[in-house]
Amino acid sequence: MAIPLQPIELPDEVPVGPIIGPEENLTTVTDKLAGIVLRRKTGYGWLMGFGLAFCGTMMLLMAMTYLFLKGTGIWGINMPVAWGFAIVNFVWWIGIGHAGTLISAILLLLNQSWRNAINRYAEAMTLFAVACAGLFPIMHMGRAWLAYWLLPYPNTMQLWPQFRSPLDWDVFAVSTYATISLVFWYVGLIPDAASLRDQAEHRWQQVVYGIMALGWRGSARHWQRYEKASLLLAGLATPLVLSVHTVVSFDFAVAIIPGWHTTIFPPYFVAGAVYSGFAMVLTLMIPVRKFYHLESLVTMRHINNMAKVMLTTGLIVGYGYMMEAFFSWYSTNTYEGFMYWNRMTGPYAPYFWCLIFCNIITPQFLWIKRVRTNLIILWIVSIIVNIGMWLERFVIVITSLHRDFLPSSWGMYYPTAWDWAIYIGTLGLFMTLIYLFMRAIPMITIHELRVLVPGGVRSPQPVQPQPVKNI
Amino acid sequence: MSHSETIETTPIYGIMAEFTNPYDLVTAAEKAKAAGYYRMDAYSPYPIEDLEEPLDLHDNRISLFVLLAGICGATFGFGFLSWVNTVSYPLNIAGRPLISAPMFIPITFECTILAAGLTSAIGMLLLNGLPMPYHPVFNVPRFARASQDGFFLCIESVDPKFDRRETALFLESLGAEEVSEVAN
Repeated sequence: MAIPLQPIELPDEVPVGPIIGPEENLTTVTDKLAGIVLRRKTGYGWLMGFGLAFCGTMMLLMAMTYLFLKGTGIWGINMPVAWGFAIVNFVWWIGIGHAGTLISAILLLLNQSWRNAINRYAEAMTLFAVACAGLFPIMHMGRAWLAYWLLPYPNTMQLWPQFRSPLDWDVFAVSTYATISLVFWYVGLIPDAASLRDQAEHRWQQVVYGIMALGWRGSARHWQRYEKASLLLAGLATPLVLSVHTVVSFDFAVAIIPGWHTTIFPPYFVAGAVYSGFAMVLTLMIPVRKFYHLESLVTMRHINNMAKVMLTTGLIVGYGYMMEAFFSWYSTNTYEGFMYWNRMTGPYAPYFWCLIFCNIITPQFLWIKRVRTNLIILWIVSIIVNIGMWLERFVIVITSLHRDFLPSSWGMYYPTAWDWAIYIGTLGLFMTLIYLFMRAIPMITIHELRVLVPGGVRSPQPVQPQPVKNI
Repeated sequence: MSHSETIETTPIYGIMAEFTNPYDLVTAAEKAKAAGYYRMDAYSPYPIEDLEEPLDLHDNRISLFVLLAGICGATFGFGFLSWVNTVSYPLNIAGRPLISAPMFIPITFECTILAAGLTSAIGMLLLNGLPMPYHPVFNVPRFARASQDGFFLCIESVDPKFDRRETALFLESLGAEEVSEVAN
């Protein structure tokens, strides 16, 4: 992240353009990104999108109210399928969050400066996805008002949570992940809040962003400690993000259910998380860069790179499926073998084959450069991958549970309207938060983009704030 | 602090020079160091690594704090789980060990990361003296550009070599776009 005084050297062969448009310099970068927040009028496009998302949030609140009144009986869960949509959605949302930390932390450690343009957005996506994910286990508890029992606190009953249970590890892993992601995100925001404070045209903007900036003045002494702290945070967030989905996979792998009890789960879950997360970043970023005219900052190079990461992690996930199938055959264990055969041919087989189509076959098109650089096709691929990764969690949770060891305990799981209302409601909550984020905070980390401007040039004359076209 | 008698005697914070690009700022800082100034600071819209030498930026305390916090977090996590399972609420399940270390690792790990991560963020802010609602450098009208595209060098009046006129002339000779006094 530290600025080299020479222009950043790009590799000789740059397939699809630079990481920052040649027309950008220090002045325009700041002006463009701060302008979206400070000077752009709230457009109809934003209002309509926000309104729709807000309706989703309201639906979530209604469905949750009814759930708390009636209990989890309104869901489709039963015996033997006691883990229904709640756990499927929890794992899906947590997974989506992982791409944000991968982009902000792991790519920082690997010195991939192209990440600078998508870092803030992806990290915000992490925060909101984790917020949605965290709701599900609490709802699934049934008596949500006793959720604080999960935390170790001194109480009159002198009881403690079961610290040897992966479900309790989840509490620690997810809450730590949410906290550290928030802190990392805020630390990245401080210098940008200072930019907004200095560019603000209204008193209230100055006050709000001034408080957020904590008096940041860009001192070289501060930057030195800031860089060190960012690097340390990235170094800490990297093992953290790997641990979170590992712990989530332990929820399954530590149980003795066929289809869950496998050692491949932790790496395969982490890869799946990054896969779905990058799909979500692409799903959100492709329209956003168009509507907000950010093509010179989030360039085709970014899109291409993200598509490549998606392809790579997609292949790892495909390998995971293959190994699951192989071991269920190679172990010669009756239950394991039946489990996989049931997945492929049983009552949920359409979901399984749909998942194979979405997660294994669709990403193969990303080998073709024309697909990786065609925004519409890539956007459709990213949506399909999102659906596929949701189906993966559905297949893992439901098909493993619905055929118990004894045929007398077999059952079926059908989600109810309330299951769907809550799932779609969290999508609404997620988009509501994304819309508010785009309105109030520069969606691209401005100070990290400045580093990418070759030679640190600025406009000869201060650029006059230009009225930005509304969407 | 040596004041030139000819100039008004209201104390100032320092003298600030603005440069148009990072190269000039680094050169100016190097020359100022060569001229014997050392109580100075640079202000830029993004971190500039080459300023570390002229400004003597070698504060590595944050790494130490984070390491100590991580060790504390790990010790607390493992110690707490051990205490709960041996002293506070021991459960003998078929004679299995009460301190089952492998099962304690995930929570111990999360405690380590939480303590270290919070320390790196809070430690950075505290070492930087933030939050700080008021600072004299903001009195320079053009300083708002330090968070956009301006590069500033400020020689502070606490520097033993500081002299209101001499220092201003010196900064002008470095090719600054604008040199101004920073009111206290």
